[in-house]
Amino acid sequence: MHQNTTAPDITSDYLAHTRQKRVMNMILLIVFVALLIGGFGTANARNAGGFWNGLPNVFDFPADVLGEAWERIHLLPSYFVKYLPSLIETVNIAGAATLIGALFAFFAALLATRGLAPAPRLVGPLRRLLDVLRAVPEIVIALVLIFLLGGGPVPAMIAIALHTVGALGKLFSEVNENASLKPVDGLESVGAGWLQRMVLGVVPQVAPNYLSYALLRFEINIRASAILGFVGAGGIGYDLRNTMSWGQGKFDEAAAIFLLIFGTIIIVDQVSSHFRNRLTHGRAYEDKGAIL
Amino acid sequence: MTDLTASNSTTRQTAHRSFRHKRIAALTAPVLILAYLTYVFVAFDVAGLGDRINVSNMKTLVADSYSYKTHVARDNRNGEMEIAIEGERKGRYAPGQAPSWVSLGETTRVELGNGHVVELGPEVTYDVPGYGLITATPGRSGVNATLPESPLPEWINASKNRLAVTTDAGRLTITRNRAEVFRYFNGWELFFFTLDSPYYGLSPLELLRSGDYGAIWQDFWTNKMWRHGDVVWALVETVLMAFLGTFGAAMIALPLGFLAAKNFSPLGGLRFAARRLFDFLRGVDGLIWTIVLSRAFGPGPLTGSLAILLTDTGTFGKIFSEALENVDDKQIEGIASTGAAPVQRYRFGVIPQITPVLLSQVLYYLESNTRSATIIGAITGGGIGLLLTQAIITQKDWEEVSYYIVLIILMVVAMDSFSGWLRRKLISGTEAGH
Repeated sequence: MHQNTTAPDITSDYLAHTRQKRVMNMILLIVFVALLIGGFGTANARNAGGFWNGLPNVFDFPADVLGEAWERIHLLPSYFVKYLPSLIETVNIAGAATLIGALFAFFAALLATRGLAPAPRLVGPLRRLLDVLRAVPEIVIALVLIFLLGGGPVPAMIAIALHTVGALGKLFSEVNENASLKPVDGLESVGAGWLQRMVLGVVPQVAPNYLSYALLRFEINIRASAILGFVGAGGIGYDLRNTMSWGQGKFDEAAAIFLLIFGTIIIVDQVSSHFRNRLTHGRAYEDKGAIL
Repeated sequence: MTDLTASNSTTRQTAHRSFRHKRIAALTAPVLILAYLTYVFVAFDVAGLGDRINVSNMKTLVADSYSYKTHVARDNRNGEMEIAIEGERKGRYAPGQAPSWVSLGETTRVELGNGHVVELGPEVTYDVPGYGLITATPGRSGVNATLPESPLPEWINASKNRLAVTTDAGRLTITRNRAEVFRYFNGWELFFFTLDSPYYGLSPLELLRSGDYGAIWQDFWTNKMWRHGDVVWALVETVLMAFLGTFGAAMIALPLGFLAAKNFSPLGGLRFAARRLFDFLRGVDGLIWTIVLSRAFGPGPLTGSLAILLTDTGTFGKIFSEALENVDDKQIEGIASTGAAPVQRYRFGVIPQITPVLLSQVLYYLESNTRSATIIGAITGGGIGLLLTQAIITQKDWEEVSYYIVLIILMVVAMDSFSGWLRRKLISGTEAGH
């Protein structure tokens, strides 16, 4: 049959196929643009202030903050010192949450990878559990825990750690799936136990990727930790909220906190992306950022 | 021979040394982690957590999330009865109406189940099986309670002006002016219809048979207790924030990504400016963008969308420009060799290479931004995040809190599977097409 199709047939088939695809793409594009415009209209209508009314005022608040900060710029260094402990608390929340989350995710991932799990029956339920942990926004857990434990860094730490378990658990188990099973089989043949097989057979293969993902999580968690502070979980976010309420005349302090958060995020991002590149591409890999 | 053994022993020595280094490194990492965690736990006062934990709050939260209580109260000054679910005005029974376990009358009889009976009248009695009859005649002089002759059990709290009896069946509180009984039930009462709706208490079959679906829907949608209409709108707002923010950012970031990519942007200055812009947008972070924007646009979904849009323009710009720098030149050369114009070269040489990367990143962020939109909603005031914070702040509507949490999880899971489905659909489609 196929040998009988002639070149003009193929050409017309191809053109028909292309045309059909083009029409489909066009329809998809129209639907997408309609959704976008409709969505913007709805969001605009349900917002307290409209987009076009608010647009000229976008720079009012930054101007206020900058103005006040400029007037008292000599105080800025003292504010940096004043809010440094809060900043350290925010970073510590993220750091501890990332570490604890990564530790739990490490075991969860090994238990949730087919071929590595000692109890294959648990793989499914464990994956669902990780999905749920990933789906719950940190703020939900944090707010409930603040009600139970009172304000402070611990609710934020637990909330971020739980989310981290879910997020890293999934990524780790994807890394595990790509790990070669040959070392594991070899270790098994010499009578190694499950933990020995994992630590000696799997971990050396996956450790660079694990570390790289954990560093990326740390970047994300710093931001989360600042945000959770804003809803009452301590750290620099809480100070930001207090200093930027209207009519307190503390906008200069708010500006200092803005700068601290901005600087921390930039530094952590740069350092972490440097190490991530080294981990995933070796020392020679420079300059080019990895896509992640 | 000697040479060989000599080099052998040095090799062995180096091997030993490197093993030793490895072993030390393997030991230091856990020690460092442990030291850091210890420091953090001391700084956060985790040890003092046991004193701070609020057990009664925890009990209320857990009990409230799966059960509800109905208040039956008598005003001792004028004898008026009031029956309300959760004691809320929105859940109040109309005068003269009562659930089946309450018989209204001169003295109102309240059956709490398992033989526990409370009678509310000028004289209040509570017959506790296995203990005896508790009577009280509340008035100006106090509660005037008479209890069975025995030492006062733990679950009774009596004083001159107040008597509180808490049993497994329910709870009775008497003060001079008011006698109130709580009875606990499992479930979320009034979830479908409030008491003022004619459809309250009807079975699904009866509802189907009644035929006025419009009115039924209206009563359900405007349910004052659970506010289904508002909740659905809040979910829509949250998804809308994620949708507008993510795709708006992707559309702005794509041209900027070309500017920032080494192999597409000839002007070094422009490239530098684009990259610093991305860094700035990402570094300022969603939290600060939300605050700044909500001052200009007020609370609502638009503010949230714009905050997500600004942050993600930075993120996408970085990702896109990196993807563009990794584009394979061979395809572009191939297209160029057929005499294609620059636009065609981009369309057929570049776009097909980066679409899968771009789409999968954008769709991944769509799911992650649904979660961010919940958080941003809580800060700026919009969407399901706002409803959740409001419900938590009142500290009593825990059944609503659990309802919202369930909805949020379902929403995120739904967005996750939707974006995963779209990703598979679109990316396999583009691969098949080229």
